[in-house]
Amino acid sequence: MHHTLVALVEDKPGVLNRVASLFRRRAFNIESLTVGRTADAGISRMTIVIDSDQTSAERVIAYLHKLVNVLQMEDLGGVPAVARDLALVKVAVAGHDRAHLLRVVDETRAHIVDSGDQTMTLEITGEPPHVDSVIARLEPLGIIEMVRTGQVAMRRGDTALNTAQYA
Amino acid sequence: MPMPRTGAQIIWECLVHEGVNTVFGYPGGAILPAYDAMLDYPVRHVLVRHEQGATHMADGYARAGGGVGVAIATSGPGATNLVTGIATAQMDSVPIVCITGQVPSHLIGYDAFQETDITGITLPITKHSYLVTRVQDIMPAMKEAFHLAKAGRPGPVLVDITKDAQQKSIEWDWDPTPVKLRAYRPKLAGGKSELAKAVDLIRTCRKPVILAGQGVLQSGAMAEVRTFAERINAPVALTLLGLGAFPASHPLSIGMMGMHGEAWVNHAIQEADLLLAFGMRFDDRVTGNLKTYAINAKKIHIDIDPSEINKNVHADAAIVADLRDALKDLLDAVEPKEHGGWLKYIGSMKGDSAVRDIQQLPDNGHLYAPHVINDIWRITGGKAIVATDVGQHQMWEAQYYHHEAPRTLITSGGLGTMGFGLPAAIGAKMARPDEEVWAIVGDGGFQMTQAELSTAAQEGIKVNVAVINNGYLGMVRQWQEFFYERRYAATPLRSPDFVKIADAHGLLGFRVEKRSDVEDVVRRAREADGTVLIDFRVEQEDSVYPMVPAGADLHAMIRRPQPSVLVESAADPM
Repeated sequence: MHHTLVALVEDKPGVLNRVASLFRRRAFNIESLTVGRTADAGISRMTIVIDSDQTSAERVIAYLHKLVNVLQMEDLGGVPAVARDLALVKVAVAGHDRAHLLRVVDETRAHIVDSGDQTMTLEITGEPPHVDSVIARLEPLGIIEMVRTGQVAMRRGDTALNTAQYA
Repeated sequence: MPMPRTGAQIIWECLVHEGVNTVFGYPGGAILPAYDAMLDYPVRHVLVRHEQGATHMADGYARAGGGVGVAIATSGPGATNLVTGIATAQMDSVPIVCITGQVPSHLIGYDAFQETDITGITLPITKHSYLVTRVQDIMPAMKEAFHLAKAGRPGPVLVDITKDAQQKSIEWDWDPTPVKLRAYRPKLAGGKSELAKAVDLIRTCRKPVILAGQGVLQSGAMAEVRTFAERINAPVALTLLGLGAFPASHPLSIGMMGMHGEAWVNHAIQEADLLLAFGMRFDDRVTGNLKTYAINAKKIHIDIDPSEINKNVHADAAIVADLRDALKDLLDAVEPKEHGGWLKYIGSMKGDSAVRDIQQLPDNGHLYAPHVINDIWRITGGKAIVATDVGQHQMWEAQYYHHEAPRTLITSGGLGTMGFGLPAAIGAKMARPDEEVWAIVGDGGFQMTQAELSTAAQEGIKVNVAVINNGYLGMVRQWQEFFYERRYAATPLRSPDFVKIADAHGLLGFRVEKRSDVEDVVRRAREADGTVLIDFRVEQEDSVYPMVPAGADLHAMIRRPQPSVLVESAADPM
């Protein structure tokens, strides 16, 4: 089962290493991990997706809480949340029907962000399952190169992880 | 008032402000500025013979004295030599601060002479660590290090300081404001609903067992545990690191649990209907097979570290709190109970063990380690601080030295570090110079850190070193006997003449081969000035009983054969 965890961490050297090392040492598998800035300088936000049961997810949260640079944790497992993943996919355009490819792009709400003689680069954004399904439709056309950002997520509604209190 | 201070001076200013008067260390290039400044501060420096010894001494110092131990080393190999000691402290939650020199900041990353990434190397075995490259960052790092070492569940913290940060000067003044971290604020209050659940479980239980661990010592909850046990009339079993948390002579004390725990204790745990875990973590050496562990018992788990709850054993009531506070809350809510029948039943199981006890064996001319340790216990009145190494002698110490007071057993439990005993004993003696300190070690572990005898001699420290010498790496040999068809791969051990080793250090040494000589030599050792070494030549192939094989059910113990069998085998000429 996938668990999406959010961690507010201090933006200091080595913090990503400490978090990653924890998962390695305790033998938890990371599906994806993204790090980025928040509205407040000095505080970064990590979105970590792990494949684990509820008990293990609770253990991960408890271990992360023990890291001195981790300010706050949130488990988005049981709450309504917005999740987004972004993929850039370079597909082959030579050798098959360009119109078919454009139809797929149109139907899947992908964006063409670049094109060359042999390839076209698409941007796909959405819930991770949506990105999965678009990639599945593109696969028969021949994917030359692909990158995904991994998931970012945020709780729906007015409840917020407040970074200002730590700034 | 701000004064010009070098980074090196600031290190010592901080140590003095933290109340440190003793440090254990070894100098070298990258830490030289700090060593130079040290001469101007009222701190005793103990020069170790290997940096591993410095961490074990700091560890023994902290465990015996209840404060924070400090170890100092240079960069590169000096720092890497700390690793075993840091991991030992981490596994046993001991507050130590390790200060290492680092190459100048402009050389970091260039593979400079004696450069090593010690904060990276120690990342998984420290509670936290700092790489300090600027002089103005030294004080905040030092203050946070001491705060974190003690806060919540204690542990080791490393502060790596570049040489240039030590050399630079700033206008400096001590900042007395307490450390306030943005994160790491351990939750120190038991939830009301969990407390109510615990009270209910206690009220309705019929066969309770209290499992007391090192958390009792670290919380300082000895009196509360005692009052609580007496209030609900429940037996108290102890983990290895919990020994001393509850007086061995107390009628409710039933002894040590686990792999080499007392048979009746393990049976009581398996038959209990309620386990009250106080500051212990259900380590695999304590539980055996988790699938069959105390299956009829509800569990109340009180621990300061939330990550210990539901880690190994599901808690029916979990209180994340300082144990002392939690027990005060519980004591306010728990009515007195009687469990006379249950206690009597547990007592009745002791008879079988007494028959098997090697103490019952008539003197057959052989010297057994349990005799030696039992005699040391008797002669020291059970009042000595004992540091042990790891192995058979460690388990016999736990079984036959009956600790009455907290912080009198200093032993490496979680990591099981051979070589720990002698340096830990030296550290313990530095923390509590008025107490009698013994190092009870094996012939194997002793030789790993034997060089620290020289440290004891140079410092004029008195510890009594009892080498339980059986000519084998005894515990490994025992496993080979039980589980590997007596194929003694790499366990026979030829040692030097330990009496001559003592003599070479200018120390008094004795050899004891007969049971009848133990008492006299122990008395002479105690009376002598300075460190004394006693080489006890004990039975070579004796084993520690009972034994729960690793991963087996807790009640499935290998028991000591009946004494009659022992007498026969002992009479066998070879």
